[in-house]
Amino acid sequence: MSLNSNIPEGQLEEKWTKYKSTVPLVNPANKRNLEILVVGSGLAGASAAASLAELGYKVKCFCYQDSPRRAHSIAAQGGINAAKNYQNDGDSVYRLFYDTIKGGDYRAREANVYRLAEISPNIIDQCVAQGVPFAREYGGMLSNRSFGGTQVQRTFYAAGQTGQQLLLGAYSSLERQVGMGTVQMLSRHEMLDVVVIDGKARGIIARDLVTGELERHFGHAVLLCTGGYGNVFFLSTNAMGCNTTAIWKAHKKGAYFGNPSFTQIHPTCIPVSGDHQSKLTLMSESLRNDGRIWVPIKAGDTRHPSEIPEEERDYYLERRYPAFGNLVPRDVASRAAKERCDAGFGVGTSKMAVYLDFKFNMMRYGRVEATKNGLTDASDSTILNLGREVVKEKYGNLFDMYKQITGEDPYEIPMRIYPAVHYTMGGLWVDYNLMTNVPGMYCLGEANFSDHGANRLGASALMQGLADGYFVIPYTIGSYLSKEIAVKPISTDHVAFVQAEKEVKERINKLLTINGTKTVDHFHKKLGKVMWDKCGMARNAKGLQEAIAEIKKIRDEFWKDLRVLGSADEFNPELEKAGRVADFLELGELMCMDALERNESCGGHFREESQTEEGEALRDDENYSYVAAWEFIENNWKLYKEELKFENIKIAQRSYK
Amino acid sequence: MSGNMNLTLKIWRQKNNKAKGELVNYKVADISPDMSFLEMFDVLNEQLITKGDEPVAFDHDCREGICGICSMHINGRPHGPKHGITTCQLHMRSFKDGDTIVVEPWRAQAFPVIKDLAVDRSAFDRIIAAGGYVSVNTGNAQDGNTLPVPKTDADMAFAAAACIGCGACVAACKNASAMLFVSAKVNQLAHLPQGQPERMERVRAMVAQMDKEGFGSCTNTGACEAECPKEISLVNIAAMNRDYLRANLLDSEG
Repeated sequence: MSLNSNIPEGQLEEKWTKYKSTVPLVNPANKRNLEILVVGSGLAGASAAASLAELGYKVKCFCYQDSPRRAHSIAAQGGINAAKNYQNDGDSVYRLFYDTIKGGDYRAREANVYRLAEISPNIIDQCVAQGVPFAREYGGMLSNRSFGGTQVQRTFYAAGQTGQQLLLGAYSSLERQVGMGTVQMLSRHEMLDVVVIDGKARGIIARDLVTGELERHFGHAVLLCTGGYGNVFFLSTNAMGCNTTAIWKAHKKGAYFGNPSFTQIHPTCIPVSGDHQSKLTLMSESLRNDGRIWVPIKAGDTRHPSEIPEEERDYYLERRYPAFGNLVPRDVASRAAKERCDAGFGVGTSKMAVYLDFKFNMMRYGRVEATKNGLTDASDSTILNLGREVVKEKYGNLFDMYKQITGEDPYEIPMRIYPAVHYTMGGLWVDYNLMTNVPGMYCLGEANFSDHGANRLGASALMQGLADGYFVIPYTIGSYLSKEIAVKPISTDHVAFVQAEKEVKERINKLLTINGTKTVDHFHKKLGKVMWDKCGMARNAKGLQEAIAEIKKIRDEFWKDLRVLGSADEFNPELEKAGRVADFLELGELMCMDALERNESCGGHFREESQTEEGEALRDDENYSYVAAWEFIENNWKLYKEELKFENIKIAQRSYK
Repeated sequence: MSGNMNLTLKIWRQKNNKAKGELVNYKVADISPDMSFLEMFDVLNEQLITKGDEPVAFDHDCREGICGICSMHINGRPHGPKHGITTCQLHMRSFKDGDTIVVEPWRAQAFPVIKDLAVDRSAFDRIIAAGGYVSVNTGNAQDGNTLPVPKTDADMAFAAAACIGCGACVAACKNASAMLFVSAKVNQLAHLPQGQPERMERVRAMVAQMDKEGFGSCTNTGACEAECPKEISLVNIAAMNRDYLRANLLDSEG
């Protein structure tokens, strides 16, 4: 099978407009007869389910949580980008497009990214109309802040809870449709397989997590909006339940997996404190607006940070990247932190941390406040107190969160931070329509591979999730469903449904009857350690080859020595976890294969063999300017390459100096 | 390690919605003060599985205090002894060696127990579905800056919108009232121009659904505000009552 990205002809700026005007439509009477299954209820899933139901389609939406409002989009902190140019600082659709392509280290499709930038302003408008309480200036206008990898202020936000507010907006639209009976919401349901009939996606098998019952659901189209798979590393900023299961089952039923190894390691997270750790907590990138990152100039310096004078501090991001300073993209900031810690300059008890210090900017804000209030001879401590209030308003909840976890007060001493797994740029391969290579099966949001190349810029995940759900899929799904209007709902007694359900049941029984000695977490932690050590921030051929062998071994042990108690026909969280980890144990291997195959460094994918003299990622455009799309073939994979063409951007060595 | 704790846990175990539940004693040893409360439960569950006992079922997901799924009643208080945080944000440094900790699910007729510490809070979704939204279809919106919103209004809307829908307010209330949850959504939208067209209909519909779900009445005790992990203010309830009264008066005028 070959890959066709189905990118419309024409000038970059006109592709989407023309597409929208010419894409086949489905008339309202026919929409009522077409059923769409949406798996996942985060920003992409909730916005898609609501928007498609508004158009008149019959929609079912599934989520594993007890309510669609809890999808992990809720935890996104910092903001959402949009090319509004409200700040009059030179922003434009082209500039957002350019920043995103460059930020992704030239490994994303031009046409998709341009569409994303073009749609971005509509997202803000839509959310405002829903009653999303974005931050405002005193004049009543929307407020913006800066994020990494850009030199304009285009990030809209709601304190440190932007994801929460956007998701609650999408959730309210979704619940409105639920109330109207146009969406059937199935919470505490997990998709365990996709049903393919005559080469087209026609339904799913879902498990009711409360009763354990397996259910068959038919759909003319299936949308997978199930988020990222960062939990393959065990420790990540993802929620405990985030998983790859839905897209992995789809992959095993024929959908290609795009760039599986492209993982984002976020530079500012609270460091690991011990073996008991179950997850890592992000400290928003927005903090880098007002925090300066530093380590002591002297290796192994154990002095309290307040005792280290200015001239004995190394603000290494400002030193290495003067043009972007603390606001370099995430991959660059993460590697720089790792480099300093590996070289012995790390701080804290573990020495695997750097400081994120707000004092400088608290003083700066304090001076502004003092001037505003006419306090001409304010003391330093008064100024600091005034500045603290400003910082509190911007990031109060993040500072509180930090204090809860570490027991330290970041208003008084600098935060200690270290990189952690945060986001996966890889995901199911999709064309311009967001359709996988399996007709009728779509993939939206973080679950697909499409827009961020090898590194995602901050505040772009929320943008992509909502763009896909509110503004892309409502159009692109028409090009497929307009040809499906004559298809009557297929009975769930069809042999394909029966067979899929049988396989799911057998697998569940297998997990419950191994009767081994080790818990699910035991295997998950082992896998996570291999992935972090060998497929994490720095990768090399030898390590990746070892990792592949080690993962296979862990997988064998898992299927021989796992212990899951309880039964299949009850609420059984351990059983859910076991199924997810079984899938991670397969995905991990593919991630390592992909990382091994791509013998270049790009974005978050850093191959030690391929770096500049200054230790920056060195791309190899001649050999690797493509999307790696992997096809699952029983116990192995086959690689297809979608060549990336850059017709509107001159590609160059990425520089933030 | 020094500073680590040995604890006795009394945990509510209930096989399913129909079974009778009871408090069961467990011991955990060598608990680090840096662990979160849920990580302590991870340790317990690993221990139980290894012994061949069924692990304790409890709801948890983001583990950073924002998804609102975690819901443990700890020593008689929703989300435990600390103010302004969720169960997942509670750390073991809030306890001391030798403590006995009682952990129960949310108790409310409208939140039936599913298993052990997990309860069914779908009533909250149905209340939102009854009216907790602005009726605006995708694609209808005008430019976000055409309608200025005074900063104080935006801030008040945000403060109410910070609700995570965990249900601690209901669990804390002697009447199992959902007034704080409902009023938070009502007031978020009441503070914004976008919420005005449906303001009266919204409050009536949401209150009607709340009553239908079997939540109790509000007697202004204030336990909900005291236990809310997001510190949602009781003022929201007063404001909602005002709107509700107005909505009914307007309605009776026909």
